[in-house]
Amino acid sequence: MEKLLLLGAEAIAQGAIDGGMSGVYAYPGTPSTEITEYVQKNKTAIEKNIHRNWSANEKTAVEAALGMSYAGKRAMACMKHVGLNVAADAFINSAITGVNGGLVVAVADDPSMHSSQNEQDSRFYGKFSMIPMLEPSNQQEAYNMTYEGFELSEKLGVPVLIRFTTRLSHSRAGVQRKEIKNQNQLSYPKDPIQFVLLPFNARKRYNSLLGKQALMEEDAENSKHNIYYEGKDKSLGIIACGIAHNYLIENYPNRDCPYPILKIGQYPMPFSKIEKIVNECEEVLLLEDGYPFVEEQLRGFLNKSKKIKGRLDNTIPRAGELNPDHVAKALGKEVKAGLNIPSLVANRPPELCLGCAHRDVYNALNETMKEHGKQKVFSDIGCYTLGALPPWNAIHSCVDMGASITMAKGAADAGVHPSVAVIGDSTFTHSGMTALLDCVYENTSVTVIIADNATTAMTGGQASHATGRLEEICIGLGVKPEHVKVLTPLPKYHGEMVKILREELVYEGVSVIIPRRECIQTVTKSKKEKKVKTEEII
Amino acid sequence: MKSDIILSGVGGQGILSIAATIGMAALENKLYLKQAEVHGMSQRGGAVQSHLRISVNEIASDLIPLGKADLIISVEPMESLRYLPYLSKEGWLVTNTTPFVNIPDYPEMENVISEIEKLPHHIAINADEIAKRVKSPRSSNMVMLGAASPFLDIPYECLENGIKKIFGSKGEKIVNVNIEALKAGRKFAIEHTPVASKR
Repeated sequence: MEKLLLLGAEAIAQGAIDGGMSGVYAYPGTPSTEITEYVQKNKTAIEKNIHRNWSANEKTAVEAALGMSYAGKRAMACMKHVGLNVAADAFINSAITGVNGGLVVAVADDPSMHSSQNEQDSRFYGKFSMIPMLEPSNQQEAYNMTYEGFELSEKLGVPVLIRFTTRLSHSRAGVQRKEIKNQNQLSYPKDPIQFVLLPFNARKRYNSLLGKQALMEEDAENSKHNIYYEGKDKSLGIIACGIAHNYLIENYPNRDCPYPILKIGQYPMPFSKIEKIVNECEEVLLLEDGYPFVEEQLRGFLNKSKKIKGRLDNTIPRAGELNPDHVAKALGKEVKAGLNIPSLVANRPPELCLGCAHRDVYNALNETMKEHGKQKVFSDIGCYTLGALPPWNAIHSCVDMGASITMAKGAADAGVHPSVAVIGDSTFTHSGMTALLDCVYENTSVTVIIADNATTAMTGGQASHATGRLEEICIGLGVKPEHVKVLTPLPKYHGEMVKILREELVYEGVSVIIPRRECIQTVTKSKKEKKVKTEEII
Repeated sequence: MKSDIILSGVGGQGILSIAATIGMAALENKLYLKQAEVHGMSQRGGAVQSHLRISVNEIASDLIPLGKADLIISVEPMESLRYLPYLSKEGWLVTNTTPFVNIPDYPEMENVISEIEKLPHHIAINADEIAKRVKSPRSSNMVMLGAASPFLDIPYECLENGIKKIFGSKGEKIVNVNIEALKAGRKFAIEHTPVASKR
């Protein structure tokens, strides 16, 4: 089999395709988007008719993947870390139902919040749901773990969580492929009520999950992903999880680390290997890219055991992405940085593209809101969140997918008027529809601006479920048709936009304004693609 | 052989194409490679960077440690300075001199250039102008790769092959435009920098 140059995310996708997956389910989210995009473009996946369309959100993705598993086939759901919050209900309960076909849930965490609102560590979810977790250190392991993840899931009868971070997801390296496995045949669960979580059966299923814990522990104990490297100098032992192991080895280019090392790539935490390193070493250093997950458990609440070093005692900074320099300092090695950054170097934050429709929306909104006072605009997650920055300073919240509408509702309930929400088309169908229904149910006075650029723009222009059906959705949810207004956000229509906004902002009830113009990035991309195709034809 | 390279610029300037081209060339030479890139929010006109590591030996970290980079290739002058803490004492900085001004507090150009000229090993090149001159106005990124090519331990032909692979699907015209830009950048560096000509 050939060797490919793949991003960590792509390695997961290729591993799943080669591992006999019948469907991937996901909602785009940095740094996980490239998994599904890779499957969508992959020849084998297309030939084998592997399901690869986007889902409305992460919860629907996990549920659909669970349905495919119910039908005996191998499925994968992918998301970013905060997406697992959205999917948590389905995810936690899928551990109780267990699986039929292998089910892999691949979650990309984002330490340092390169493109996220927090840096939560998904390993807590793995422990919470009591299922096995895999944490690759490099692209090859990302491939192997996904490839083998389906079998592990089928062997233990539960979903398997693959946890990785931004750095691995967005870093490229050579990956050796394995032979392509066949997809599973359609089959039903042996027990017809396996997936019926009525209390009488849920208690049975939960006991079955508890009963499997010993098996999971044994599997992790003997896993090739949990490796103990002997070391002569027992003054220190090092536990390195996932990608942290790379940063450790970077500091020993000749692979001559004198200390014992335990590399962890599979959870539950391997008991006897951890016991060994703690017993034989004077101190133990924890290297984890994320929260101090293993560290906290080794320390214990009273911290009466041996000296455990890591993020909790500031040997490693408490927040942010791990890197080889943090590890060097923790090992007492000197870090010789180059020259300082000259003071004239200015920050360069991201910005709305030139020609972006959101610019026109914010220009009109800001002009209108001048008449109503400050801090009455709630927003959401997407490119338009950049409207929080100068020169617009137009929005005052960005919390989680869909929160703009519901926060505007709560603020309206508290007496804020006008109370405005700015949300994107894709974010609206992800999690804004039920929020709008809450407003309709109580006829709350809110103005909801659904900035429709016909794509999921921030993650690179994936298809949006909202395209072509926004008005119908809003009217279907009960918004009065005369208060669903569609605008074209262009500088030449500025006056008209201001006029309509002005009218709707004072309306006592639910109004939806849809400024609609395609994302400037996807317009340019499709023009380029058309040009290439025309040239090819000529 | 080991080369640790930082690529820098502003989102949308094409540093990932530089990275992909070097990556293809490294593969052709059967070298190990790791390349960490920035996706997501910063791609919208923000500062972006990529860590590219090539070696005959297996590479551990996806990130280059501070003070260990052999080369910074920047398609934007101010951005080239942002990564100086990564550059080793003997390392080279190869940068475009055409600024990308999308922030209100962009520093005076002459001050940016004087900071670049303080460095013992640097090549400053007006890649946008050269790209226009060879009629490849949108290929200033490949001009920069050409200018940095004498400092890469990879045969030059492999970079041209890399371009053919990366841009092949976009048609022969695009491939040629990029190769012309690559050549022009290399020529400039060799003519204007004695060290580069010896490499």
